[in-house]
Amino acid sequence: MSSVATTEPILTPAKSTPIRARLQNVLPQIVLAPSFAITVVFVYGFIAWTAYLSFTNSKTFPSYALTGARAYQRLWRWTFESDPPSSWYTSITNMAIFGFLYVGICLALGLFLAILMDQKIRGEGVLRPIFLYPMALSFIVTGVAWKWFLDPGLGLEQTLHHFGWTSFHFDWIKNKDYVIYTVVIAGVWQASGFVMAMFLAGLRGIDSEIMKAAQIDGATTGQLYRRIIIPLLRPVFLSAFIVLAHMAIKSYDLVVALTSGGPGGSAWLPSNFMYEYTFKRNEMAVGSASAIIMLMTISAIIVPYLYSELKEKAR
Amino acid sequence: MRKLMTSTAIAALALSGLALTGLTTTAGAADKEVQMLHWWTSGGEAAALNVLKQDLAKEGYAWKDVPVAGGGGDAAMTALKAMVAAGNYPTASQMLGYTVLDYAQAGVMGDLTEAAKKEGWDKAVPAALQKFSVYEGKWVAAPVNVHSVNWLWINKAVMDKIGGTQPKTFEELIALLDKAKAAGVTPLALGGQSWQEATMFDSIVESTGGPEFYKKAFNDLDEASLKSDTMKKAFDNLATIVKYVDPNYSGRDWNLATAMVIKGDALVQVMGDWAKGEFVAAKKKPDTDFLCYRFPGTEGSVIYNSDMFGMFNVPKDRKAAQVALATATLSKSFQSAFNVVKGSVPARTDVPDTAFDACGKKGIADLKAANEKGTLFGSLAQGYGAPPAIANAYKDVVSKFVHGQIKTSEEAVTQLVQAIDDAR
Repeated sequence: MSSVATTEPILTPAKSTPIRARLQNVLPQIVLAPSFAITVVFVYGFIAWTAYLSFTNSKTFPSYALTGARAYQRLWRWTFESDPPSSWYTSITNMAIFGFLYVGICLALGLFLAILMDQKIRGEGVLRPIFLYPMALSFIVTGVAWKWFLDPGLGLEQTLHHFGWTSFHFDWIKNKDYVIYTVVIAGVWQASGFVMAMFLAGLRGIDSEIMKAAQIDGATTGQLYRRIIIPLLRPVFLSAFIVLAHMAIKSYDLVVALTSGGPGGSAWLPSNFMYEYTFKRNEMAVGSASAIIMLMTISAIIVPYLYSELKEKAR
Repeated sequence: MRKLMTSTAIAALALSGLALTGLTTTAGAADKEVQMLHWWTSGGEAAALNVLKQDLAKEGYAWKDVPVAGGGGDAAMTALKAMVAAGNYPTASQMLGYTVLDYAQAGVMGDLTEAAKKEGWDKAVPAALQKFSVYEGKWVAAPVNVHSVNWLWINKAVMDKIGGTQPKTFEELIALLDKAKAAGVTPLALGGQSWQEATMFDSIVESTGGPEFYKKAFNDLDEASLKSDTMKKAFDNLATIVKYVDPNYSGRDWNLATAMVIKGDALVQVMGDWAKGEFVAAKKKPDTDFLCYRFPGTEGSVIYNSDMFGMFNVPKDRKAAQVALATATLSKSFQSAFNVVKGSVPARTDVPDTAFDACGKKGIADLKAANEKGTLFGSLAQGYGAPPAIANAYKDVVSKFVHGQIKTSEEAVTQLVQAIDDAR
């Protein structure tokens, strides 16, 4: 945008009205100003506000008198309350389980599907949208559909019993120890097709000359993928990882729609904890503190990524 | 960069200017209009509310729903928070218990004391309810109904089949459930969501410890009562009764559990009287198709919650509409018409019970008796025993106990005291 501003005066002779020139100078700024203002206020402003509230004693309504880090102290204590698990402990351990499995399985499955899809198969044009389609659904739809499918009284188990396989038993969604894995299943179903599309684009971008050269050198298909193709896909891994990681951290609707929190709150993620405490329990300070902790977690992932990206560009 | 800042500031000013104009236009058009925030959108409830709309239309006031995205109570409360924060008060909002007091404390509630004096609300409305509708001597809310949670809803056909009679004690209830189990019927229809489990536990606590104990533990939050052996016994009783559910109960919605009783798949549900609405909607009649008993051991007292219309401190030109709304809400005719449909009982004790069915008549008589005897207690699970932070902490503990994260009643009691302490 700034290049437009600097080249303009050269195109229009210096004699022409200075007002017009000045206007053209500030035009990009005027155009950008609203979105800049909105970002400053509604993103960074409210982050600061949330951080401030987490050090107050806010309950139903925000209160502005600073009362110290009591909210953080409580969260810190709850972090180590594992028996019986505190809601916060459940939330963060679920986050670790869900984040690890969701990102890991999506990457593995997405790559696997993409490699299969890249074998010049017939009907790719039909298959690709089928795998990609779940991404077009909202988490609420995914959650409700899988809730019915996994419900032992309605879905899979009931159907198989109906067909005569009466010993079949699958009640994870009703089980406090396994309910988080059903969230992983639904999440993976939704996102892996999208990851596949990303990898497929990456695979299509690889220069076929490299592969031919490797084949001439006598590389087997396995070696070809392990040594050449997958290393070349590194940037795709990175972008897919970032997309999946932030989706994992902000997952809220999936848990609500799929499990309504799970038996005894056993499917909570930190985002559920934050909403529950801020809006339902009127403990705004605790909710804000948990939101800040979530932000820190995301930053811990995003900042190194941005740093490495910028460093590469500067080179 | 400096220029960028200046233009940003200008843009921001322009935006806020727009917002202000928006606000003033909405405020200006409203003097003959009742702006109402509520989440009664489903069939029966909406029909019941229509009565109120018509009453107000007769007096020349238009009704305007404040739209709520999502439709549920939580979404409505979030919307209300935003409206109040923006200074754009609705005429009234559907509210529950401590929320009214929170807003009153924040100084945004109106004053209906004049209307209250004229209409005699002080005498007609039970004292326990006035704890929430009157703040520092001023009427700030109009109660619409009284629900009570200590009910058993029983399928009569199943009851006849197993030859059961009304249980008078907790032990008799368990014996009854055993009979149903032997007959191959799911004994207890329960939705394994924390609020349903806690709602049932409210009744169990009173059944185990008696009315005085319930009040001390769940309304006064007396620590000695909360960690007493009686409370442990109550948790043991809870552990006993949840053994009678079907394996698929976890996460079930309350109305699906009611449907199990309606269809005869299950014998009994412990639920508030809104369950009656489901029976009535399914064209079932009390005493012929279903039975309503008080939870054994809670006879003579009422564990209540109540829907209220909180009245906001609106500008003078909108005040008349607000008074009309409040007066209409607490009028005997509306109280009767609304509550017949809703399944609850009127929030004033002087409403004739002629229009109500057998369960409704019993509910009205019980409420009156409980009000006179002082055995009308707020339900902790429904947010009338303590503020939301504590009520939810309580629900956590009960739910974790039911689903096995908390393993013994000993541990449950310790956790309960700790959780309530944390939430204070």
